[in-house]
Amino acid sequence: MSSSRLTNFLVPVLAVLLGVLVGSIVMLVSGYDPIAGYSALLYGAFGDNYYIGETIRQTTPYILAGLAVAFAFRTGLFNIGVEGQLIIGWLASVWVGVAFDLPKVIHLPLAILAAAVAGALWAFIPGFLKAHFKVHEVIITIMMNYIALHVSNAIIRSVLSNQGFKSEKIHETASLQSEFLQSITDYSTLHYGIIVAVIGAIIMWFLLEKTTKGYELRAVGFNQHASHYAGMNVKRNIILAMVISGAFAGVAGAMEGLGTFGNISVKAGFTGIGFDGIAVALIGGNNAFGILLSALLFGALKVGALEMPSSADVPTELVDIVIALIIFFVASSYLIRLLLSRFKKEGK
Amino acid sequence: MEYVIEMLNIRKVFGNFVANDNITLQVKKGEIHALLGENGAGKSTLMNVLFGLYQPDGGEIRVKGKTVNISDPNVANDLGIGMVHQHFMLVDTFTVTENIILGSEPTTGGMIDIKRAEKEVRELSERYGLAVDPTAKISDISVGMQQRVEILKTLYRGADILIFDEPTAVLTPQEIQELIQIMKALVKEGKSIILITHKLKEIMEVCDRVTVIRRGKGIGTLNVADTNPSELAALMVGREVQFKTDKKPVQLGKPVLEIKDLVVKDARGITAVNHLDLTVHAGEIVGIAGVDGNGQTELIEAITGLVKAESGSITLNGQEITNLPPRKIIEAGVGHIPQDRHKHGLVLDFPIGENMVLQTYYKQPYSKKGILSFKTIYEKARQLIQEFDVRTPDEYTKARALSGGNQQKAIIGREVDRNPDLLIAAQPTRGLDVGAIEFIHKRLIEQRDQGKAVLLVSFELDEVMNVSDRIAVIYEGKIVAIVDPKETTEQELGLLMAGSKRKEAGVS
Repeated sequence: MSSSRLTNFLVPVLAVLLGVLVGSIVMLVSGYDPIAGYSALLYGAFGDNYYIGETIRQTTPYILAGLAVAFAFRTGLFNIGVEGQLIIGWLASVWVGVAFDLPKVIHLPLAILAAAVAGALWAFIPGFLKAHFKVHEVIITIMMNYIALHVSNAIIRSVLSNQGFKSEKIHETASLQSEFLQSITDYSTLHYGIIVAVIGAIIMWFLLEKTTKGYELRAVGFNQHASHYAGMNVKRNIILAMVISGAFAGVAGAMEGLGTFGNISVKAGFTGIGFDGIAVALIGGNNAFGILLSALLFGALKVGALEMPSSADVPTELVDIVIALIIFFVASSYLIRLLLSRFKKEGK
Repeated sequence: MEYVIEMLNIRKVFGNFVANDNITLQVKKGEIHALLGENGAGKSTLMNVLFGLYQPDGGEIRVKGKTVNISDPNVANDLGIGMVHQHFMLVDTFTVTENIILGSEPTTGGMIDIKRAEKEVRELSERYGLAVDPTAKISDISVGMQQRVEILKTLYRGADILIFDEPTAVLTPQEIQELIQIMKALVKEGKSIILITHKLKEIMEVCDRVTVIRRGKGIGTLNVADTNPSELAALMVGREVQFKTDKKPVQLGKPVLEIKDLVVKDARGITAVNHLDLTVHAGEIVGIAGVDGNGQTELIEAITGLVKAESGSITLNGQEITNLPPRKIIEAGVGHIPQDRHKHGLVLDFPIGENMVLQTYYKQPYSKKGILSFKTIYEKARQLIQEFDVRTPDEYTKARALSGGNQQKAIIGREVDRNPDLLIAAQPTRGLDVGAIEFIHKRLIEQRDQGKAVLLVSFELDEVMNVSDRIAVIYEGKIVAIVDPKETTEQELGLLMAGSKRKEAGVS
C-alpha cells in the first residue's frame, strides 16, 4: 500500500522533471540558454512577493477547474465542458455582482452561488442527455462550450452593456478583491478567491470520500450495472455527478469575474482554463490534494513564463511546449511506472 | 510402455509464487488422461508450458521419447500438440472452413483453394463423427458445434495430442454426452487426449488415468478404474469432501415468492419469459433447470426489478413487488447472488470491504446523517470475510484482486447476511472448484433450514438435483414441469429441458 502510494506520488513528479529536462533540450536546440530560461521562469513565478501573489491568483481558477474535471472523472464521466461551464459561471457571477445592491455578507456569497448554479445548469444538459438517452457526454459538452462562448458574448453586448465589449464593474459588495492581500504582495492582483478554491478542494474530498452520496457516485462511476443491481438510481447519479462538476467549473468562472477582472468582456476565443483543468486533474491524480499542487504548478508556469521573454529572450511558446511535454509524460505514466519498477527490481 | 508426452519435474515460478513445483505428467499413447486440480492449482500453467506459451524454470519435456524445447506455440503445433481452448478463438462472421484454415490456408497459384479445404474438413469431420457442416457460418451454429470446429482446427493441423481445457463448462448435458463420444472416437483413431477439468463425474466416465495436482504440486497419477470420486476429491482439495449435502426434511412454510402469468421481454424485444407461473415457499429450495437462454436471466431480472415485466404479477410475502425499483425490492427482503459476479455482483475497483455494504451503505449504522462510518463498514467486512472464509490479504484489497471463488464467497456472505426472506442464487458455483461448491451449497441449505425461500438457477444438472427440494424445468420462458429430484433422472430432466413433453401430466 505505502509503496504504491509512493509510486503514485513519484510518477507526476518524475513526469514534471522529464518535461523540464526535454524542455531544456528543446531550448538548447533552438539556441536558448535553458538555465537562464528556467531561472527566469522560477523568478517570474516565485521571485518576490508580487510574483508569488500573481502565481497564487492564477492558481485559483486552475484548482476549481481541475476539481470539476476530477469530480466528473471519479464518477465515471469525462467533462470536457468545464470551459463552457466556467464562462457561464463567470457571466452569472458578474451579472449578480452588477444587478444587485446588497450587504457584502449576502452579495458575495450570492454571486458565487449564482456562478455555481449557472455552471451546474449548463452541465445538467449533457448529464440529462447521457442518463436518459445515452448520448455521449464528451460530444455534448464540447458543443456546449461553443454555445456558452457565444451566448455569453451576446448577453454581454445586449444585456450587460449597450452594444459594448465589456460589462460594468461589479459592485464592491460582490468583489473578492482584497486591499490587504494586494498590499502584502506589492500590489499584485491576488484576491480572496484562493480561500474559496481551497474550501472547494476540501468539499470535493469530503463529498467523495466521506459521504454516503459520494460512495454512491463512485460506485455508479465504476460499475453502473452493479450499482443498478444494488438499488442505486443510476440515472439520477449520473446527472448529479455532472451537476456537481459543473458547479465547481462555475465557481472557477466566479474567481475571474469577482476576483481577477471584476467584470466580463466579449471573448474572441476560449479562456483555456477549462481545458487546462483536464491536465491539472490528470497531473493531480484526480485527487483533491494533488490538484492543489498541480494547479500551483500550472499557475507558476503560466505566470513565470511571462518573465522568460524579457529576462532570457525565451519565447512564451517554448513554455507552452514545456507544459505540453509535462502533460505528455504524465499521460504516458505507464512508461514511468515501468522504469520505476525496473529500478526497484535492480535495487533489490 | 510408450509415453507420447512426458513432462518431468516441471517447475514454473512467477515472482515469489511457485505455480508448478516439480510436477510430473506422463501421457500414454491412445489414452484420455485427466489433469485434475482446483482453480489456481496450476493446471493451466502446466498446459501453457506444454503448449509453448510459458518457458519452464526447470524440468524436462519429452514428446514421443525425444527431449524437446517448446519455445512457442508453433513448435507445439509442429510436434502435433493441439489445444481446444475453453474460450473459443473463432471469427464469428467466417464459415467453419474459413476458420479452420485460418493461418494455414491451402493455396493454388496464390488463391485460397476453398473447395479443397472444404473437402478436407468434411472428410475429417466424417472420420471422427463430428457432423460439422463446413460451409456454415460460425454465428449460425450452436456452442457445441463451435467447440467441434475448435477440435477440427487442431486435427486439420495434424495434431495427435489434444489438450481440452474445461470443455464441458459451456455445454448442455446432451452435448456433453456427444463430446464424450467424440473423445472416445478420437482415441480409437490413435489420438491422445489431455483433459483439464475439475468435474469428477466426467473423469470417471471417460478417462483412463488421472493426474491430480494441488497448490502447484503433483499429488500423483491414478488409474481411473482403481479410484472413485470421493478419493479424487480428497486428493484434489486435501481433505474429505461431501458431495451429497445432507439435508433435513423440508419444513414447508407459507408461500414467499408467487409469480403469476409473468411476461418479460429481453433486450431485443423478444418475449423471453412467456406467461410463467411459479411459487417458492419458505423453507424450500426450488431449482430451475434449463438450457441457457430459455428465459432464466430475464425471470431473475424481473423479480429483482432490473428489467420491467410486460405483464403478470410477482408478490413477496403477499406484497406486490412487480416493477418496483430495485431498492424497494431489496428492502422488501430479496437477496440476489447474480449470475455475472463481475458485471452485477461487485464494484471491482472498490475495496472488498466497501463491496460488503453495496446495498446497505445508506442505512444505519453504516451511514449516519449522510456521512459514512468506515469503521463500522470495515468491522462488518472483517466479520463477513472471516465467517465466509473469503481469502484476501485484507479488507482494503480491491475486489478485482480476489480469485473468482473468493469473490463469490464475498457476494454470498453479503447477501446471506442481509437475512432476506427470498434468496435468489443464479449460477452460484459457476467456475468454482469442489471445495468452494461444497461450501456454497451448505450455505444455501442453511438458509432453507432457517425457513427462508431459496430460488436456485443453474445450468449444472448435478447442482440442481443435489441441492433442490423441487425442480422446475424452464423451456422457452415457461415452467414446463415440476419434478421431485428424488424421483427423476438426469436423462428425464435433459429431455424436459430440450422441450419434450412429460408422459404424465406433471405440470403443477
